[in-house]
Amino acid sequence: MAINMGKNFQQEQWELKQASFSSHSRLKKEKRVFKENLFFRYLSALCAGFILVIMFGILIELYWHSHLSIATFGIKFIYSSSWDPVKKEFGALASIYGTFVSTIIAMLIAVPLSLVISLFLTELAPPIITKPVGYAIELLAGIPSIIYGMWGLFVFAPFMSRYIQPVLSKNLGFLPLFQGAPMGIGILTAGIILSIMILPFITAMMRDVFKMVPAVVKESAYGMGATSFEVTIKVTIRYGLTGLVGACFLGLGRAIGETMAVTFVIGNYHQISASLFSAGNTIASTLANEFAEATEPLYLSSLLQLGLILFLITIMIQVLTQIWLMKIQKGIGKL
Amino acid sequence: MKKRSNFLRRVLDWVIKIIATLSAFFGIMILIWIIFEVGRRGAQAMSLNFFTKLPTPPGVPGEGVANAIVGSLAMVALAGFISVPIGLLAGVYLSEFGKDTRFGNSIKFSTNVMMGIPSIILGLFIYTLVVVPTKHFSGYAGALALALIMIPIIARTSEDMLSLVPNSLRESALALGAPRWKVVIQILFRSAKAGLITGVILAVARVSGETAPLLFTALNSPYWMRSLNQPTANLTMTIFNYAMSPYRDWQRIAWGASFLIMSLVLALNIFIRFMLRESKR
Repeated sequence: MAINMGKNFQQEQWELKQASFSSHSRLKKEKRVFKENLFFRYLSALCAGFILVIMFGILIELYWHSHLSIATFGIKFIYSSSWDPVKKEFGALASIYGTFVSTIIAMLIAVPLSLVISLFLTELAPPIITKPVGYAIELLAGIPSIIYGMWGLFVFAPFMSRYIQPVLSKNLGFLPLFQGAPMGIGILTAGIILSIMILPFITAMMRDVFKMVPAVVKESAYGMGATSFEVTIKVTIRYGLTGLVGACFLGLGRAIGETMAVTFVIGNYHQISASLFSAGNTIASTLANEFAEATEPLYLSSLLQLGLILFLITIMIQVLTQIWLMKIQKGIGKL
Repeated sequence: MKKRSNFLRRVLDWVIKIIATLSAFFGIMILIWIIFEVGRRGAQAMSLNFFTKLPTPPGVPGEGVANAIVGSLAMVALAGFISVPIGLLAGVYLSEFGKDTRFGNSIKFSTNVMMGIPSIILGLFIYTLVVVPTKHFSGYAGALALALIMIPIIARTSEDMLSLVPNSLRESALALGAPRWKVVIQILFRSAKAGLITGVILAVARVSGETAPLLFTALNSPYWMRSLNQPTANLTMTIFNYAMSPYRDWQRIAWGASFLIMSLVLALNIFIRFMLRESKR
């Protein structure tokens, strides 16, 4: 491999040779190089440390700017569900509830579906399908969330209200979950759109996990006479279980803070209702919908406290995910 | 040992295979449906006006999103200027100096965590940091928020790419007496060039579709951008505002802008694939 060191470098080498005759100037040179190296090292350490500073900066800033609402409502903010800008009463419960319910729906749909799709891609499909489909899935994971939001509002919500919600309420209407008017928008729709959004993301990662399962292990199971299904359940999934859980965690982290895909279709409604058809709110969608209206200091501070809660939830999930993934990497190192 | 009928096992296997294939097609069909709808509805909004004119009030024909295109480009470019040096140097630290040190590992950990922080939180952070003291929304704040999203992505990809450079290259350069920083800039950057550029493009692709961090920072504006020191028009906020409006022609503009962003992001991603494949050769 030919590397052009640059004229500068060659000249410096030459100078260095000359300098070696007089030890004094050589010492000077070495000192300069040492200083330059140190400077470069500290500069890059500074840039790396900047990331750490931002992380703590977010925590401090959000806490500082929400102290008005923390002082006013205290711990009640978390379990109170009243959200009334006119009466100046704010509670986060409805938003937290919506965040968790929509994320749970998304995970319930996306995880089994992407498990099946990635299994299809690695075990069942012929290479002629696997390659383009895998490629397409990776591309789809990059589509901005606002596209999913647009599609959800104009295409999927009408589809839900016309075809899916009536069927659900007809067949499962005895459950309180599926009662109410089929408006199209609501927590259920938001959850489904979230699941569609994280589907390619989780699928791509699960496929990579399955690809890492050594062929020998699978082949030995096939050699014992196991069917594809048995190999999948007893060998492939078990072998890659930690990786699969890691993929789910990463998907969860993505779903829980998602703003745009949810804001379009959830309906901005601050009430907890047993029905999944009813409109609701997530923390992110409350922020997106109401920030522009918040002129009152207390209102603004409550919104920032919502942001703080979301930050703490996601940090917790991310830290758990990273610790989990580190555990996997250590395991691979041992093998 | 329990005995099971061979026939039942076969049937179960077939049933599962059929279910897997069907649901794979189901999932892929939905994703194709999204792209198809955005393409179909977005193509209707495409015209020369769309790229050259300002937005108009509802009902007035000849509307466009030229100002938003300019604003988005300006903010993403500025965000790139801020984040590329910082992210690149952070990546250098992680791969060259901080490997297996306590500080380096904690930085790596927090970089991974930061990549998972919702972008709306970063928008809030910049709001409290920039918009509150200056008392007005600005394109600078928007660019900063976008830069915060880009930094960890660039740092992680450049760390990975620099780690792939064989150690013998570093050692031979050091043995020739080259200072450390020269080794990094003239040898490592040069041999990992394709990978580093890929990381930057990946970050740009991610950021150019972001809406949430701009909600509280750049906001939106119906005018041409005079400077970045005022609310700046951008494509994603235009989509958000126009899609929520009840006017048909505004909604059409939102579809057009969605189509534009989706094709841009897809094109960038395809370009990344292409570059990675080239660099592997």
